[in-house]
Amino acid sequence: MDWSQSLRLIAPEETLSIAGLVLLLVAAWGGDKASRLISILAVAALVAASALVAPALCGGAMGPDTSAFFGQFYADAFASYAKILIYISAAATLVIAPAFFERYNAMRAEFPVLVIFAALGMGIMVSAGDLITLYIGLEMNSLAAYVLAAFLRTDGRSAEAGLKYFVLGALASGILLFGMSLIYGFTGTTAFSGINAVLADGLSNGALFGIVFMLAGLAFKISAVPFHMWTPDVYEGAPTPVTTFFATAPKVAALGLTMRVMLDAFGDQAAAWQQIILFIALASIVVGALGAIGQSNIKRLMAYSSINNVGFILVGLAVATPQGASAMLFYLAIYVAMSLGGFVAILMLKDEKGDYVEDIPSLAGLSRTRPGLALGLAMIMFSLAGIPPLFGFWGKFLVFKAAVDGGMIALAALGFAASVIGAFYYLKVVKIIYFDEPADVVKGESDVWHKLILVISCVVISPLGFLLTKWLGGLTDTAATALFHAL
Amino acid sequence: MGGFPILSVMLLVPLAAAVACLFLEAKAARNLALIATLVDLALGIVLWLNFDVGGAQWQFTERLELFSGFSYALGIDGIALLLIELSVFLMPICIGASWNSIDKRVGEYMGAFLLMETLMIGVFAAQDIFLFYMFFEAGLIPMYLIIGIWGGQDRIYAAYKFFLYTLLGSVLMLVAMLYMVNVAGTTDVPTLMAYNFDPSVQTWLWLAFFASFAVKMPMWPVHTWLPAAHVQAPTAGSVILAGVLLKMGGYGFIRFSLPMFPEASAGFAPLIWGLSMAAVVITSLIALVQHDMKKLIAYSSVAHMAIVTIGLFAFNQQGLEGSMMVMLSHGLVSGALFLCVGIIYDRLHTREIDRYGGLAINMPRYALFFLLFTMASIGLPGTSGFVGEFLSLAGIYEVSTWTTLICATGIILGAAYMLYLYRRVVFGEQKNADAAAMADLDVREYLMVVPLALAVLWMGIYPESFIAPMRGDIAALEARLASAAPEGDSKVAMGAATSKDTSAHEDNAAHEGAH
Repeated sequence: MDWSQSLRLIAPEETLSIAGLVLLLVAAWGGDKASRLISILAVAALVAASALVAPALCGGAMGPDTSAFFGQFYADAFASYAKILIYISAAATLVIAPAFFERYNAMRAEFPVLVIFAALGMGIMVSAGDLITLYIGLEMNSLAAYVLAAFLRTDGRSAEAGLKYFVLGALASGILLFGMSLIYGFTGTTAFSGINAVLADGLSNGALFGIVFMLAGLAFKISAVPFHMWTPDVYEGAPTPVTTFFATAPKVAALGLTMRVMLDAFGDQAAAWQQIILFIALASIVVGALGAIGQSNIKRLMAYSSINNVGFILVGLAVATPQGASAMLFYLAIYVAMSLGGFVAILMLKDEKGDYVEDIPSLAGLSRTRPGLALGLAMIMFSLAGIPPLFGFWGKFLVFKAAVDGGMIALAALGFAASVIGAFYYLKVVKIIYFDEPADVVKGESDVWHKLILVISCVVISPLGFLLTKWLGGLTDTAATALFHAL
Repeated sequence: MGGFPILSVMLLVPLAAAVACLFLEAKAARNLALIATLVDLALGIVLWLNFDVGGAQWQFTERLELFSGFSYALGIDGIALLLIELSVFLMPICIGASWNSIDKRVGEYMGAFLLMETLMIGVFAAQDIFLFYMFFEAGLIPMYLIIGIWGGQDRIYAAYKFFLYTLLGSVLMLVAMLYMVNVAGTTDVPTLMAYNFDPSVQTWLWLAFFASFAVKMPMWPVHTWLPAAHVQAPTAGSVILAGVLLKMGGYGFIRFSLPMFPEASAGFAPLIWGLSMAAVVITSLIALVQHDMKKLIAYSSVAHMAIVTIGLFAFNQQGLEGSMMVMLSHGLVSGALFLCVGIIYDRLHTREIDRYGGLAINMPRYALFFLLFTMASIGLPGTSGFVGEFLSLAGIYEVSTWTTLICATGIILGAAYMLYLYRRVVFGEQKNADAAAMADLDVREYLMVVPLALAVLWMGIYPESFIAPMRGDIAALEARLASAAPEGDSKVAMGAATSKDTSAHEDNAAHEGAH
């Protein structure tokens, strides 16, 4: 292991770091006039970074060759898969953001730069091979995210969202750090491989506490019950493009990180944490579904929907098998497509004056005024509910298949039964859009980029998405294998 | 047929037309929908003509490994063939029934109906268990929209009830399917049908499938979504719901529950009989006191479906053939009855029975057809209803005479509520001037009811045409049930002994003694 090898492995991170710093300079000299140029360059940087990580995924990179800086960083197929999802989400955010911020005269040059730094942090999270790397990545992402949440400085709700996110996020980071210090104290190392080796002899009570505290901190980051309370407020208050970003990229990163910590560092101690994950998963499914029923703001509804979806994804982790991990990764890809589509559709809901409509009753009869948009939203709702033949079904199918194959039949039955509760509120949205008399509120013109992203998302979640199952299934299997052979 | 993928084409034609309908004006959408359904009907006829009766069990098979985890596998046996024929036969009639009565959002409506057709054919033709599940479940979406957008007053409640009820049933079935595929290592339905699951596990699997099919069927006491959905759905929605969607439950029993879990099926047979007996008596009595025509026919559907379930769980050839015949006949007859209701509803815009009366005077031709379908519903010999009900009851008689006794009251009660309905609507005085002024059938309506009437008579007079294609499959199923039945279960053993009349009778006597 030499430095040049290590530096080669972190090429995507280097690209993003340099791009972020250069663009920051451009922003400093060019001011807000240059924001469009910076957005374009930022997307280009993300595309370049994706191109750099793709070979590791397609080639199925795994094992010691992928570890950089003496095991602190893994550039394996698993990290590549997660990074590609993160970069796609970040790029989509950059594409949809200008139309929104220009409306408020708030398109600032630092927005793309912050997104780049957040994406960089998230890339480090999913590649972490050491508790310190993990924390650096997490904080790098979080710091950028706090600022993004409060990006509409003049808007009280946005500032509130930023502050809430910051206070609660800092608390969660503290809990996570406490767990990490316990782990370090009881194992004497911060490297995942070292932790795994030490714990092979058995789990001490102190280390168990460490795991619990780490899980609590991570659960906050993925907004899983019982650490989900910040989600609806932050999703509602943050500017919609930022909410889009929060619902996609950090979810992928935090879930990827959770998978890495649980399955690599504590992989041999699965019995100790499976019960916790099981509870978190089921509680998230149920709370996410029940909480959404009473919501009248569509962004809050999507927040509960994301809690619900995280619950389903965690079912795959509770199984603690490569099949479960592969199912989680597949679900994440579908979830990203559904969330992107959903939030872009929300961005397209504008009234006559061009203000954004977030109130669900105002969507009444949308199918008659905007049939295309209504169809897209309905598809996304049915897909989130997991009704075949829409692609959202396949994510649920895979995680529950993993659960059944892993012998957790009761979990699968309970989870599926709870998904019926979730179906209720998705149906409610469809009902309002299709069955109710038109409220004639949504009339504004849509941005062409928004339309494009909505169409792409809808094609992916349509039954045509099933044609991807072979290809994407192969990739997720490779990534999951890499995760289990990282050490 | 060579390599021509006729089943795929039958799936694609309505699907393509459905997508096209979304972009078309009302008139063009109607025409396109009619053409697409007629093309599918023609393909259906070709399918039937080319079906080799007595040939291979699975015909017209297609298999493409398009997906991971499951495959695109189609193929039909005689049972699936007949149900597909029923679907493609009813679809043009549904489009015709909606020709004038649907005047808002026609393109979307026709699109939803054509999508339904694709999904129905898919359910019956799927040979991969997960492909089946997707078609089975996907049908919820267009039906939810059809009821919710074009339904009557309480359409939203009905749409929710329909969706959530059936969804809850289905997700449990999916867990069972996942388990089965894990154990058996294949998603291929014919292979799974021959796979012997551990009897102790079968109980759970059977219950999970039962949760889905019982709701879909619907069996008492989980039938309550049906009257709500029927009453609120537009006429064509009711026709397709009663005609084909309810058959998915019966098809599920005959394709999955019975052959895959024979021991569990035998064990749960008394439960099915009990629920069926309750259904026949209770829902028939409920039907007797209805004031809403559609609700009355909806409750009668539940009673008829109970005859299907007792036939299925008689475990013998008569019973199984009988239940298939009841399903086909009920598909035609209840569809026709909903159509008859729709015809007068279009004129008066009420389903209230009391608002009509004496229609025989101003609508004699309508009265004639309505009478034919009423008689078929009652099960008069010479009509389709008789064949199936008689066979089902004959089948169950070999197994449980008490069940036969109770369920046979359904025929009397059926006669009561149907004749009572007919008397109030068609006979008597012309109490209401507006009802008395209604015009008789027009050409469009003739084109809908005449084919139905002919099919009902054909099935009643020469049922062999319909029994022949499925005979081999039913015999195979019976053999499967007989061989897998646990030792000492007298009920199933008797079912297997139909060919040996004497022994069957002796067993029967012994069984009756036990009661």
